[in-house]
Amino acid sequence: MSVTTKPERASGQPDIAEALKQAVWAALAAIALSIPILLFRAGANINNMLVVTARPVLVAGLVAAIFVARFLIVIWQSGRTTRTKSAGFAISPQTAFRLKGLLVVLLIAYPFIMYGLTGPLGSLKWINNYGIQILIYVMLGWGLNIVVGLAGLLDLGYVAFYAVGAYSYALLSTKFGLSFWICLPLAGLLASLWGMILGFPVLRLRGDYLAIVTLAFGEIIRMILINWTAFSNGYAGISSIPHVSFFGLPFEDDDSHPTFASFFHLHYKPIQQTIFLYFLILGLSLLTYFVTMRIRRLPIGRAWEALREDEIACRSLGINTTITKLTAFSLGAMFAGFAGSFFAVRQGFVSPDSFTFIESATILAIVVLGGLGSQIGVAFAAALMIGGTEILRELGFLKYVFGPQFDPVQYRMLIFGAGMVVMMIFRPRGLVSTRTPSIFLNEARTISSANVKEGHG
Amino acid sequence: MDLFLQELINGVTLGAIYGLIAIGYTMVYGIIGMVNFAHGDVFMLSAFIALLFLLLLTQKLGVTFMPVVFVLAALGSMLMTSVWNWAIERIAYRPLRGSFRLAPLISAIGMSIFLSNFVQVAQGPRNKPIANPFGRSINLTHGGQFDVTMSYSDIIIVVVTIVLLAGFWFMVRYTSLGRSQRACEQDMKMAALLGVDVNRTVSLTFIIGAALAAVAGSLYLMKYGVINFADGFLPGTKAFTAAVLGGIGSLPGAVLGGLLIGLIETFWSAYFSTDYKDIAAFSILAITLVFLPSGLLGRPEVEKV
Repeated sequence: MSVTTKPERASGQPDIAEALKQAVWAALAAIALSIPILLFRAGANINNMLVVTARPVLVAGLVAAIFVARFLIVIWQSGRTTRTKSAGFAISPQTAFRLKGLLVVLLIAYPFIMYGLTGPLGSLKWINNYGIQILIYVMLGWGLNIVVGLAGLLDLGYVAFYAVGAYSYALLSTKFGLSFWICLPLAGLLASLWGMILGFPVLRLRGDYLAIVTLAFGEIIRMILINWTAFSNGYAGISSIPHVSFFGLPFEDDDSHPTFASFFHLHYKPIQQTIFLYFLILGLSLLTYFVTMRIRRLPIGRAWEALREDEIACRSLGINTTITKLTAFSLGAMFAGFAGSFFAVRQGFVSPDSFTFIESATILAIVVLGGLGSQIGVAFAAALMIGGTEILRELGFLKYVFGPQFDPVQYRMLIFGAGMVVMMIFRPRGLVSTRTPSIFLNEARTISSANVKEGHG
Repeated sequence: MDLFLQELINGVTLGAIYGLIAIGYTMVYGIIGMVNFAHGDVFMLSAFIALLFLLLLTQKLGVTFMPVVFVLAALGSMLMTSVWNWAIERIAYRPLRGSFRLAPLISAIGMSIFLSNFVQVAQGPRNKPIANPFGRSINLTHGGQFDVTMSYSDIIIVVVTIVLLAGFWFMVRYTSLGRSQRACEQDMKMAALLGVDVNRTVSLTFIIGAALAAVAGSLYLMKYGVINFADGFLPGTKAFTAAVLGGIGSLPGAVLGGLLIGLIETFWSAYFSTDYKDIAAFSILAITLVFLPSGLLGRPEVEKV
């Protein structure tokens, strides 16, 4: 699928012949790729023997769709003569501050609005599936953003620290009966300790090698959780983890001892706990946000960004890259630890299945989509990707179009993967494509992403 | 002794498969300096394509002579997997040449996720088992603790690997394509200035890598008799470990690394525990990258400012 168009062509005139040619090539390539992996399907029959069935209609439909899409893209591209680089929309700091304030107020009001609109049963889905689920990934994205976006260290094993946090709470609470409020800081501490332990050997590595070693570490931790059954109960995981309490007041329908409902003279409803969990993760996410924003203004934060841009220059200027890298790893890991212990208290169950490489890749995809280093972009990307997954669940009506076997949810990771590729090609700086340096002379200037060069690291 | 001999046979066959995949990693890294994260999934895809050709030949065309079926399926898989890898390079990696350094890696991770989920959607999430086309095996020893056996598949794997490697070595050493590849590896810009078609060379490199992965995929399917959409990740990572251990960019290193990883994995399973065999591979990966980044046979990378 060539993207070249004739440069000497009269500007503004869509070249139908060229578009047709391109579309035919794309369709031919699609046909070639579909044989045999899409055209034939190996399914098991009653005797558990594999038999092939042909699906010509599916392939024909797909090829036709690719033909039309390629045709339209070429027409659209030739319509634009010069690619105008958007200079980035500049928002004054005051407006940005107000917008963020408004967003926070909206997020605080969100569960109550949903409760008012959809009632106790309907709002459970909206608060839990959309609210809490998205906010967990916002928090993880912001945590990974410290490592990848700010310090420029590509970490493919980030989910390991999430696992450390989750297992810390799960084990400390079930084995020693410690409450969530003691375990939360402990989980963060343990995760950041692990961030340092795993960060130490990889100090000398950079770029791809760093990414692969962190991937290996992430997998090693997961395999230890699977195989060391005496410690982590293996595949079966740890269940019946105690639920969250309102700073010691449990969410229970029980009058014999003080509970959240009795303390505030409310009627007990299960939704109270969900709303509290929502505020808990909102608070944790905002904590991540503010800590990151403040640290960016400290010398260490500036050192991170300098490290991202050019490690050699950094060292020449006397920045201690060891400490800079380790703080980035351990701080990023700490937030993953918080998120992990929140995950454990919310689910009430942890198992190694929740901490696979795909999870790391999802968080990385969120950071990449959001634009490496952009905080707001990461939040939007998390909302888009995780919310999008939840929306896929709602698309059950498509079963009537594509037949009863059609399950939109299984296309989730397919879209994720394709999205990562497409983002890298068309918007390598992410959806929000500007990034403001934290340190500047005289006045703040928004630099278009096109002018920012990434260092080797 | 019997156990040792048996594990040696198992390790060498497994190592041969890893070595074939590792060549794909090491060639691509040598030429364009990127970790082709999706290569393990290309391997998985090739095994699926071989499976489909195998079923088509036996069920639709009624060919029953298994060696012919198998050779045809492997050849078909080589062809179709090459087309796939060509398209992948064209769509996901070529536009990113000259972008910031992590861009191709992130794109490759996306491609890897896309491929495994594409196969899951297209072929279903279940394991696909087939009957072993070469069921018979040779007993090497009698009367010990157990008979040491060597199946026909094992022999085929080793022979095919040796023949392919010889041909491949000849190609890199003596053909004009091999010269272009080595030129691109040394200095892509200079090679382009001297009239080497860089795009064509890179495309061909991906095609050759895919063809070798397809051979590995077909052999894997023949030996283990089962394939699943998630089977790309672990063999892929182990093959990458092999490439790194042998010294990334070095072709003999990739094969040596593959054999070592295969042997370590089987002996680890035999003498220690099967539970931790994947941890062994990942630990070797981490240890090699941290302490011996240029591998056993690789040249140390000089940092240019």
